[in-house]
Amino acid sequence: MRLEPVANPSLARLLGFPAVALAVTVLIGSGLAMVAGADPFATLGLILRGAAGSQFAALETLNRATPLIFTGLAVAVAFRARLWNIGAEAQLYAGAVMVALLGTGALAWPAGLLLPAMAGAAMLAGALVLLGPAVLKVRFGVDEVVTTLLFNFVVLLFVSMLLEGPLKDPMGMGWPQSPRLVPEARLPRLVEGLRLHWGFALGLIAAVIVWVIQTRTTLGYEMRAVGLNRQAAEFAGIPVGRVILKTALLSGGLAALAGFSEVAGLKGNLTLDISPGFGYTGIIVAMLALLNPLGVVVTAIFVAGVFVGADSMSRAAGVPTYIANIMLATALLTMVLAIQLSRFRVKWG
Amino acid sequence: MAEILDILLSASFWAAVIRIASPLIFATMGELICERAGVLNLGIEGIMVAGAFAGWMAVYSGLGLWTGVAVAMGAGMLFGLLHGTLTVPFGLSQHVVGLGITLLATAVAYFAYRLALPRVTTPPRIEAFQPLPVPYLSDLPIVGPALFTQTPLTYLAFALVGVVSLVLYRTPLGLAVRAAGENPAAVESQGLSVTAIRMGAVMVGSGLMAVGGAFLTMSAFNSFFFEMVNGRGWICIALVVFGAWMPGKALLGAVLFGIFDAFQIRLQQTALGADIPYQVFLMLPFLLSILALVVMSRRAAVPAALMTPYSKGER
Amino acid sequence: MTEAQEGAQATVLRLDGITKRFGQVLANDSVSLALKRGEVVALLGENGAGKTTLMHILFGHYAADAGRIEVFGEALPPGNPRAALDAGVGMVHQHFTLAENLSVLDNILLGTRPLWAPGLGRAAARARVVQLARDFGLAVVPEHRVGNLSVGEKQRVEILKALYRDARILILDEPTAVLTPQETEDLFATLRKMVAKGLSVVFISHKLHEVLAISNRVVVLRHGRLVGEVETARTDRAQLAGMMVGAEVRAPERRDSAPGVALLTLAAVSTADRGSAPGLKGADLELRAGQIVGLAGVSGNGQGALASLLAGLEAPIAGEMRLAGAAPRRWSPRAAMRAGIARIPEDRHATGTIADFTLTENAILESYARAPFSRRGWMDWRAARDFAARLIARYDVRCPGPETRIRLLSGGNMQKLILGRALEGAPRVILANQPVRGLDIGAIAFVHGQLLEARARGAAILLISEDLDEVMALSDVIHVIYEGRLSPVFARAEKSAAELGEWMAGGGFADGAHAA
Repeated sequence: MRLEPVANPSLARLLGFPAVALAVTVLIGSGLAMVAGADPFATLGLILRGAAGSQFAALETLNRATPLIFTGLAVAVAFRARLWNIGAEAQLYAGAVMVALLGTGALAWPAGLLLPAMAGAAMLAGALVLLGPAVLKVRFGVDEVVTTLLFNFVVLLFVSMLLEGPLKDPMGMGWPQSPRLVPEARLPRLVEGLRLHWGFALGLIAAVIVWVIQTRTTLGYEMRAVGLNRQAAEFAGIPVGRVILKTALLSGGLAALAGFSEVAGLKGNLTLDISPGFGYTGIIVAMLALLNPLGVVVTAIFVAGVFVGADSMSRAAGVPTYIANIMLATALLTMVLAIQLSRFRVKWG
Repeated sequence: MAEILDILLSASFWAAVIRIASPLIFATMGELICERAGVLNLGIEGIMVAGAFAGWMAVYSGLGLWTGVAVAMGAGMLFGLLHGTLTVPFGLSQHVVGLGITLLATAVAYFAYRLALPRVTTPPRIEAFQPLPVPYLSDLPIVGPALFTQTPLTYLAFALVGVVSLVLYRTPLGLAVRAAGENPAAVESQGLSVTAIRMGAVMVGSGLMAVGGAFLTMSAFNSFFFEMVNGRGWICIALVVFGAWMPGKALLGAVLFGIFDAFQIRLQQTALGADIPYQVFLMLPFLLSILALVVMSRRAAVPAALMTPYSKGER
Repeated sequence: MTEAQEGAQATVLRLDGITKRFGQVLANDSVSLALKRGEVVALLGENGAGKTTLMHILFGHYAADAGRIEVFGEALPPGNPRAALDAGVGMVHQHFTLAENLSVLDNILLGTRPLWAPGLGRAAARARVVQLARDFGLAVVPEHRVGNLSVGEKQRVEILKALYRDARILILDEPTAVLTPQETEDLFATLRKMVAKGLSVVFISHKLHEVLAISNRVVVLRHGRLVGEVETARTDRAQLAGMMVGAEVRAPERRDSAPGVALLTLAAVSTADRGSAPGLKGADLELRAGQIVGLAGVSGNGQGALASLLAGLEAPIAGEMRLAGAAPRRWSPRAAMRAGIARIPEDRHATGTIADFTLTENAILESYARAPFSRRGWMDWRAARDFAARLIARYDVRCPGPETRIRLLSGGNMQKLILGRALEGAPRVILANQPVRGLDIGAIAFVHGQLLEARARGAAILLISEDLDEVMALSDVIHVIYEGRLSPVFARAEKSAAELGEWMAGGGFADGAHAA
């Protein structure tokens, strides 16, 4: 079997295969529902309704999408430059820690100053967390996949240490959690009376900014060149090492904003479970969006919808909520295959 | 100082070292086989979860222990088949597919577990592998209880290293695997199928990873719970690099890791350990793995075609 | 099989109406060919004529869209290298198919025993390899790691691979491209031994004198079609050249001119070794305005190191490099470009272009950071597009437009864009590393014409090529490179091809280079 590139793929080809991928994902979801003894149509209906069936559900989905926009952008930026940042989870927590450090009374600033300061500090912390593996990659050629993965565990243990030590809430009845943020440190709601905070809007703005960086700036050009062909980029005089480090800073900073938005926007304090794997899910979000920053917004909402919908379906129909993870992993694998098939023709022999 | 010496001289310490190393040996050998054939398998973490669950579930539902191991291996090979199909003939990114397999395998295991035991809070235990003292050898002081009073799966792990070495370096099959990871065109021009060799290596390798996971539920903790693999798969990837893609050195790495991990657990319980947050100790294995990667990165003999998809007739 | 068929004139291989299409390109158009026992057939044609594709089909790397292959009278199943090997067909690829981390013996053994066999039988195999090596004059050490071998040795291993499997038909794809003239003679001696033992050889080449020297019969391919077939004894260079390109080949026109000042000098410069690729060892070199310096040598003898040095990818570890009289302080690709060095890289796919970038994006690859393309960190895509359009027009790049992804272009058009990008700023020094490798005759003429034009306006040019004919045709002066060392400078036509070949093999270099 050989793959032969298709010079000018037709629209049918470009859309057909992804459509099949989506169909396969839904099919597998239905199959799992049947295995769990539920009616597949009802299950999918419940997921859909749970994700977007009411104003409450839709807002819940957007709330869940917010951190995924940030981690999705972080992954999209990094992967575009072929920096395999699998450590968005760690960078997210690094950002969250900075919010808890600065927002629980350490700085008695008005919200207009405090929020940007916290966001800036969070981005810095996240950027530094990824800078480590990036420097190891550039300087010693250490594969960043494994180092960023391992850093996830290190940072999470570090956060746990803080929450049982200096950051522990004295009024927390012994739970490992930080004190609550002061009111000035909370992200306000987007629309009064609706349960959706400014983090979501921030995510949209971030997506546009990343898109502009990638398509309009010199750095964006450099990042794409390094990602597509490092050797040619080096030959052409692009400072590859520096570009990778800049990419790492941007990517780590974006992931950290997820932590900022979760703590300052949604939760109000830092716990060890602010992220149920948003960093890893960011990979799915970014890949489904074909690493396009604007696409990330769409896929983040889709992925969040699947999670929120599955949660609500699980309560109603008793199908384990992990069906969402299976469907999303399936979507990821079938989609990368679909994209390959839309660009290459399979030839036998 | 005396405390530390006490730890190092106790048989229970060395027994723990071997116990900790065993699952890593299985999974590291699995990853090594994949990478030697030219495929980075980042599905390892999830495949270990799936193996841990499958083996445990088989025994929990009444099957024999060795059947459980076989079931785990089969589950691993299924995910290997998926990984191989996507990365070898279709040439998809090994990074993305591997992570996707990890997400998928983990989710499938958790889903199946919740399906089987909907409302269980304390994970039920199974009748797991029991220590099997080797006649005569187990009577030796220190060495006997440490090395020769282990479960059969542990003996199997160590034997596996010898088998993998033998196959890789002394058989036509191993030669083909090593060549596939170095220059697939060499394999094809000698009339062998790169696709078949790589697919086979990924499937067998994934099977071994799953047995490594099954070791946790069937020979160590005796029950299945969430997050139990806890980064062991990623550590195995670091061990392959540390071992410079050679089975013997990778084994050495796994044992060193076991020594270190067993030591930190015991150090936590000493007076010295009481002053330091336990998280610091838990962090050390991960930091150590990163350090090993940095140290080895300069001289490691990476298979030249690792992560490079091969398309027939292309050069 | 009857007695008659086993005789000297028995046909061992028959290709019948082989057709193969890659996308839009018809690589082989109904090609038929027969090979007799004890015969050397030369498959002649310029780059891209379809020679290699045809042989890949024979060997089973590709399956033909139409046509039929018979080996020793039996049909060969398509697309199956194993079947070809079992039928007695062996192939020595242009790019060696050896695993560098394995020994010579293991490379030969690979795939010769059933995969599930319990052992490799190395001892017996070793004896057989040594015997074969002796019979055919192929000196190798079975225990040596292939990664440490010279190019010539690697080729011997490739031939032994085929002989070990009892190949009766051997296909050699451009086997002399990587050899010195002397090594080529050795190879021919081996081939004659093989023919004497009743083997048959298909010899793929585009070098006329070699084809005339070794073959019994010449088959010429052009644009995928068989355009001629002659007995070697009844033809000559001119006729073959005419068949090959469809018109007489002309040497590029060059006028003699007086060299100007030295624009770049190397004085006893050394660079670091890179694995098995040697660095420069105390190289002295002078590039003068209005002069083409040709660098001849067998590949892998330090050409890469010299190219990397001039391209800015590597700095000297000893000795001094001077640009227009001054030593550069920091040395990088950007510094090299600022110093007026235009670089044409050896590998246009891997180094010269980014396949998934458009022509526009590739056109500004070396100048993107400067105005007008980039101002204060922002790209000006309109300026970039205009620039690309200008290059496309001026350098005759055939493409649908500047927004086309460059991977869709032919090698020649890709090279024209690289050439335009490099030459656009009227550079003072030009590094041309294998500038015409793999191009068709039209593109070769264009590239050579551009280099000569640059020479005429006073650029100093270093032409690195493994094709001795090209070096001798274009250069004003010639150096030979051997294991990182440069020969003294030879004036144009001072040395014959044979004498240069002697230098390429290390002869002439002082302090016993032959021993190295």
